[in-house]
Amino acid sequence: MQKEKLVLVACGTGIATSTVVCKKVEELLDKNHVKAKVIQCKIAEVGSYEDQATVLVTTTIPPREYKIPVVKALNYLTNMNTEKTDKEILDALK
Amino acid sequence: MSAIALDEELILLNLDGKDKLEVISKMANNLQKLGYVKESYKDAIIAREKVFATGLPTSPYGVAIPHTDIEHVNKPAICVACLSQPVDFVIMGEKNEEVPVRIIFMLAMKEQHAQLGMLQKLMKILQEKGALEKIIKAHDSVDIKDFIRKRLEL
Repeated sequence: MQKEKLVLVACGTGIATSTVVCKKVEELLDKNHVKAKVIQCKIAEVGSYEDQATVLVTTTIPPREYKIPVVKALNYLTNMNTEKTDKEILDALK
Repeated sequence: MSAIALDEELILLNLDGKDKLEVISKMANNLQKLGYVKESYKDAIIAREKVFATGLPTSPYGVAIPHTDIEHVNKPAICVACLSQPVDFVIMGEKNEEVPVRIIFMLAMKEQHAQLGMLQKLMKILQEKGALEKIIKAHDSVDIKDFIRKRLEL
């Protein structure tokens, strides 16, 4: 059995930008019929989810290297070139 | 969920400052004077901005959305500043790359993972050329307050 895919959405505080990005990611997964769980957290908390997660989507600079691919999500906030970010997330979940 | 405050006392027109530290400090002092944030808020938001920059390269003006952890906040509020001269903020998610910022939305949030609707509407304002221009060109803080409140549905 394949384990459930998990998308981490992280920003510095886990309050503002990750809230908006989280919603964008959920909509993206829905639209493309991708089944995955989305968790919002602070970037400092990523370590505790790293082993279960498939991809990290973040608006901030990751403080270290992770075992999982990292997708930058600034485009979701400025609404520029969002297709590229969409593709990176979907590719990471394939 | 408590309502977010945004009244004319929270709108700072023609704010002067030589750099981001000075404008962030003035905005945080204003929030503290009005009782929305604790004394610790100013240092916390400055420290946070250094580690997690909040400049956004929006058009036609760059904006910044400084914010920090919820424990420094008494009551949720948004403080908006239009700067007389742009100041440089590091772009969110970048190490050194900067953007000249004319409008700052300082967020004092009280709940984690909350206020999604408001934040989404705020991001829509930031993505809209006409909206940013309207805010910069307004001469009256009441006009700006009314415009933003309406757009955020506060």
